[in-house]
Amino acid sequence: MSTSRTMFEKIWDRHVVLTRDDGQTLLYVDRHLCHDGSRQGLSKLKAAGYTVRKPDQTYATPDHYRPTNAPTIDDFRDSEMRGIIEELADNARLFGFHHFGLDSDKQGIAHVVGPEQGITLPGLLMCCGDSHTATHGALGAYAFGIGASEVAHVLGTQTIWQRKPKSMRITIDGTLGFGVSGKDVVLAVIGQIGTAGATGHAVEYAGSVMRDMNMEGRLTVCNMTIEAGGRSGMVAPDETTYAYCKGREYAPQGDKWEQAVADWRTLPSDEDAVFDTEVSVDGNAIAPMVTWGTSPENVISITGVVPDPASEPDPTRRKIHEGALDYMGLTPGMRMTDVAIDKVFIGSCTNARIEDLRAAAAVAKGRRAVVSTLVVAGSVPVKRQAEAEGLDKIFTDAGMEWGEPSCSMCVGMNGDILQPGQRSASTSNRNFMGRQGEGGRTHLVGPAMAAAAAVTGSFADVRDLMAK
Amino acid sequence: MRKFTRLTGKAVPFDSINVDTDQIIPAPFLSIMRTDGYQGLLFHRVRRDEAGELNPDFIFNKDIYADASIIVADRNFGCGSSREGAAWALVDNGFYSVIAPSFGDIHFNNEMNNGMAPVQLDDAVCADLRAQLHANPGAEITVDLETNTVTAPNGDTHSFSIPEFNRERLLQGLDEIALTLGYESQIETFEAQRQRTMGYIDD
Repeated sequence: MSTSRTMFEKIWDRHVVLTRDDGQTLLYVDRHLCHDGSRQGLSKLKAAGYTVRKPDQTYATPDHYRPTNAPTIDDFRDSEMRGIIEELADNARLFGFHHFGLDSDKQGIAHVVGPEQGITLPGLLMCCGDSHTATHGALGAYAFGIGASEVAHVLGTQTIWQRKPKSMRITIDGTLGFGVSGKDVVLAVIGQIGTAGATGHAVEYAGSVMRDMNMEGRLTVCNMTIEAGGRSGMVAPDETTYAYCKGREYAPQGDKWEQAVADWRTLPSDEDAVFDTEVSVDGNAIAPMVTWGTSPENVISITGVVPDPASEPDPTRRKIHEGALDYMGLTPGMRMTDVAIDKVFIGSCTNARIEDLRAAAAVAKGRRAVVSTLVVAGSVPVKRQAEAEGLDKIFTDAGMEWGEPSCSMCVGMNGDILQPGQRSASTSNRNFMGRQGEGGRTHLVGPAMAAAAAVTGSFADVRDLMAK
Repeated sequence: MRKFTRLTGKAVPFDSINVDTDQIIPAPFLSIMRTDGYQGLLFHRVRRDEAGELNPDFIFNKDIYADASIIVADRNFGCGSSREGAAWALVDNGFYSVIAPSFGDIHFNNEMNNGMAPVQLDDAVCADLRAQLHANPGAEITVDLETNTVTAPNGDTHSFSIPEFNRERLLQGLDEIALTLGYESQIETFEAQRQRTMGYIDD
């Protein structure tokens, strides 16, 4: 029997507390990320009379319920949202876990804060009560989203019960073309394998496209693994990873840094490691992408047209396809570049990092938004960096709004929403019906494509604007 | 946790793939605390028309299914967000078992952590069950976790498998945290060993 292991197997093996005869495994959680929405898990923990086993390994930041127009807690107009943010601060005081509140220079979206503060590191096992926890795998961590009962369990025990998922390698070879981003890569992957394509699998992204990609792009790719059904998506740590992690607050320092890097170099999958499922994606062929329907798998290139449900052989899928077009107000054969929009959102755990804002600003610079556009940095450090580079000025000069760090319009629960029938170009991760507000029509795109839509008023091929 | 042993009840045939948890319960309701209940919120948005009125054609709005307790769904039920509110909306509206060819991974666990039995059966079997239910609305199905079988309206039985750990917990209604803390000495041993092998991580 081969002793070769995938990176996922190596990280899994080093976190096994015990495996029962039935295969159920108790895994140790190195670092647990919490947010304002983790209150249901905290409430369950308290009601059952337990405490937080490892407050030092628990990091919390408000994100889901933070209005982007409220710089401080006193600016909240909604008392329920204010109460939810205060509840997290109260829980942090009660249990003593790390808390990056609204007055902290570390606050932001949990999946932006983790990597940025060095909480997320290669080889760690991490959980968070949010499905986009897969994001952290970009640094070579095994990270996955959990429900509220599991949040309570991790808080109370610092462990989680799991059945070992299958392994999947998605190899993206070739070189990305001009104007093609990490968002386009992951949308292309989801379009190819479908929204359940990676269900039951721990995904590793590999190939020259991933090796050449910067950390922000890798974070975007891993983030949307759940949109292909996979709970975790990972990239092998390399020099890009170490350069990104070095010097961050909760990363090892000094001698410990050297020990850490030496250990992390053993993590990548062995050359002859066998994956349960292999997928190959042609990186050369990926163009800027845009979704047309109500599932992230409903995605085409910006040069494409709205697909015809009549060409769908499966009757169930055909019916869903027709329903999606009806909801989205689109007709088959329409060119995506002819679809006019009402709103642009640039932000979310998928695309609110500094490289995302730079890409959007490069397109917005010297132009005017012709539709309402909201730009929301993923964290206080991203916001400050963007302001230091003058990106905020580029956005506001273009007539765009510049909000406070929050999940904002991705999630439709903090005041930033679409009105019924409004159509958005959004850098978020889900185009589900009603996701951005009841009756809202969401099209997922990358940050440069969102800026291109903002300045033209319809979907546009960003490559044409960048070439100018 | 509520025990699940054997359930016989009316089953709703739900012919839709990729039913995401945003459809099962929209995000604005997630600020409701679990203890305050999730009654009346299941499929809140999709069961209403544009004017906000209940759509009589949406299958969950039909009178005959007012006391249904099982859903027979299609592929990838509960994909998307990790929100446990989706499972709470199901149980608080009387649904204790969902039968489908496949589930979203996180939602599958959320169901089992709330006393529900998610049952995976083949595509063709699920399609046949839905066809039987459409032909005979209000027909009953039995989900038996002691024998791991589903009995269809026509009397056919289908075996299913569910993770044994969760099956035991459901049959006994065991609290997961208490169960895990029964292994506390192993957790402490692991933590001591982790201090040696991953000591470069400062907690």
